[in-house]
Amino acid sequence: MQLYRAHVLVCAGTGCTSSNSTKIMEEMEILLSSNKLDNEVKIVKTGCFGLCAEGPIVVVYPEGAMYTRVSVDDVKEIVEEHLLKGRIVKRLLAGEKEAEDISKSLEGVEFFKRQTRIVLRNCGRINPENIDEYIAFDGYKALEKVLTEMTPEVVIDTMKKSGLRGRGGGGFPTGVKWDFAAKQVSDQKYVCCNADEGDPGAFMDRSVLEGDPHSVIEAMSIAGYAIGATEGFIYVRAEYPIAVKRLQIAIDQAKEYGLLGDNILGTGFKFDLEIRLGAGAFVCGEETTLMTSIEGHRGEPRPRPPFPAVKGLWQKPTILNNVETYANVPIIILQGAEWFSSIGTEKSKGTKVFALGGKINNTGLVEVPMGTTLREVVYDIGGGIPNGKKFKAAQTGGPSGGCIPTSHLDTPIDYDNLIALGSMMGSGGLIVMDEDNCMVDIARFFLEFTVEESCGKCPPCRIGTKRMLEILEKITSGKGEAGDIEKLELLAKNIKASALCGLGQTAPNPVLSTLRYFRDEYEAHVYGKKCPAGVCKSMLKYTIDESKCKSCGLCTKVCPMNCISGEKKVTYVIDQAKCAKCGACMEKCPFKAISKV
Amino acid sequence: MKSIAELDEIRKKTQEQISLRSNTDGIRVIVGMATCGIAAGARPVMKAFMEEISKRNLQNVTVSMTGCVGVCRLEPVVEIMQKDGSRVTYVKMTAEKAARIVAEHIVNGKVCVDLTIGAAEEKK
Repeated sequence: MQLYRAHVLVCAGTGCTSSNSTKIMEEMEILLSSNKLDNEVKIVKTGCFGLCAEGPIVVVYPEGAMYTRVSVDDVKEIVEEHLLKGRIVKRLLAGEKEAEDISKSLEGVEFFKRQTRIVLRNCGRINPENIDEYIAFDGYKALEKVLTEMTPEVVIDTMKKSGLRGRGGGGFPTGVKWDFAAKQVSDQKYVCCNADEGDPGAFMDRSVLEGDPHSVIEAMSIAGYAIGATEGFIYVRAEYPIAVKRLQIAIDQAKEYGLLGDNILGTGFKFDLEIRLGAGAFVCGEETTLMTSIEGHRGEPRPRPPFPAVKGLWQKPTILNNVETYANVPIIILQGAEWFSSIGTEKSKGTKVFALGGKINNTGLVEVPMGTTLREVVYDIGGGIPNGKKFKAAQTGGPSGGCIPTSHLDTPIDYDNLIALGSMMGSGGLIVMDEDNCMVDIARFFLEFTVEESCGKCPPCRIGTKRMLEILEKITSGKGEAGDIEKLELLAKNIKASALCGLGQTAPNPVLSTLRYFRDEYEAHVYGKKCPAGVCKSMLKYTIDESKCKSCGLCTKVCPMNCISGEKKVTYVIDQAKCAKCGACMEKCPFKAISKV
Repeated sequence: MKSIAELDEIRKKTQEQISLRSNTDGIRVIVGMATCGIAAGARPVMKAFMEEISKRNLQNVTVSMTGCVGVCRLEPVVEIMQKDGSRVTYVKMTAEKAARIVAEHIVNGKVCVDLTIGAAEEKK
């Protein structure tokens, strides 16, 4: 056995990979061997740490020193200072750069201190392409326990008692779902995993698949044992190449170890898994559509009931859970239902992973206990809003959810509270908006997304959402009329009540929730022909203040439309007819003479 | 196909390899590796520690490095830090002394008093 005195963990999640972490790994390898350290220091490729805004991330153990925003040029310093001489490169450390007690720096970072990492327990800790490392951190121990000590009924009972609810958005109790499928009598049943994460800005499932793919495989095997299924499918979008690759490696390794296939661990239990790639249609994240797509048909939903647990894939009983839900399963089996149900709120147990995005300092992935307030997530973990701007709202649940305004910042986040606020948990995308965001424009953006993603099967969604979008476009371009807002509301309610699947039923949510909390903004657009946030261009006007203009001419130089004219000692003027409202002149003006109204 | 026993074997073996990523409760061997330490021969000393630990298949012992503690004249300096945070400082280390410290101090819990900084200072 080769003993290494240090492990260098380099994040190879999608975020860090796109900021060049592969190059860092290569450079590290070269420098380690040229410094003759390659027998002492091991490089480990790992999954997402969650602090994506600070990537690429490199963590050096045993010290646990976390380096952020590492560039290829920094590698030399890390090798020569830290690895060769044991001097931590303080300028690259996360958080407290002057921390004296470096040995605790990883846990000491505010971003991690307030998190409870259950789903993400192995992300950033193990090499996802090495099954042995997963096994070392109690991997496949839950499967062992289930196969040797528990009956399927006991497994389902444990899931029910744990209080785990579906993390894909709906929040249906997982144990109850499994129970339905287990009670069906059929020659064949299926276990499916929904990894078709389509919400704009959400990447929780991707990170789990990239950082800890075996946890999903193990959980699906456990589910197969519980309901009596021998086959499973993981439906993952093709836009997640790294996740797909690691998942395939993981499945191959599990097969090689006999953890998938016939007679698993010598117990006679049989279970096999296959990956199915989705082409990236949002509607394929809806359960009936997803199964239609797995069967090889065009991705369109069908009415429920019958529910998948009764008639799913190829008309056989099927359970479908999301990636994050599965990632909770092995640890619930190992630590027990009581342990899990002690975390969270009364009706929402455990933790939730959120993908923080939008106007927030620490863009990335965080896992917090259910019941954590939005304020803690945004300010304490997320690091607040950049440039000292004011928080306006957070969108949860993506295009199916809604926004939560400042007045509800202190509401504990759980399934039921979010629904009461007119939003939903969704899969966990959390997009933060500040005072510069126009809420009407946000609603328009999300609706544009759902209109584009509508499969077209049912008229309420195909025609209705399009009409809603047209009204919103009218309002944001300054042509709103009295009665438009009411028409929007009526359409929204009708679509919600009549659309065939979840996509259509939830598509009006962003409009309804922005109307609920920011009706004044809609009214300002329609009646005052003004966009209070200064986003909707057609209602904007850039003007030059005569008293402040020094006729320097800088604005004419940056104007892409050549629509600013003037000469020395004469105030410059913007030709409003030609102005594209890009704002370049306002940014350039050294005397702050240009403003938008 | 792997049996449960084989899986346990893999678990145990890999845990040893990656223990340095999770445990903070083991014994830490900290070698002073600033310029003064390296010049005085800290690298072979650290290598010797790693070889001994590996040879004896010791778990929960990690080897790490630190900078100059200020007693450059006594380099190479090595500190052995126990779980409870208490530390013993050895000075003027060599590869042979390293082997002895692993055997006596780390394995058997007996501090090699004659090699400590206290002993070195008394001789003066």
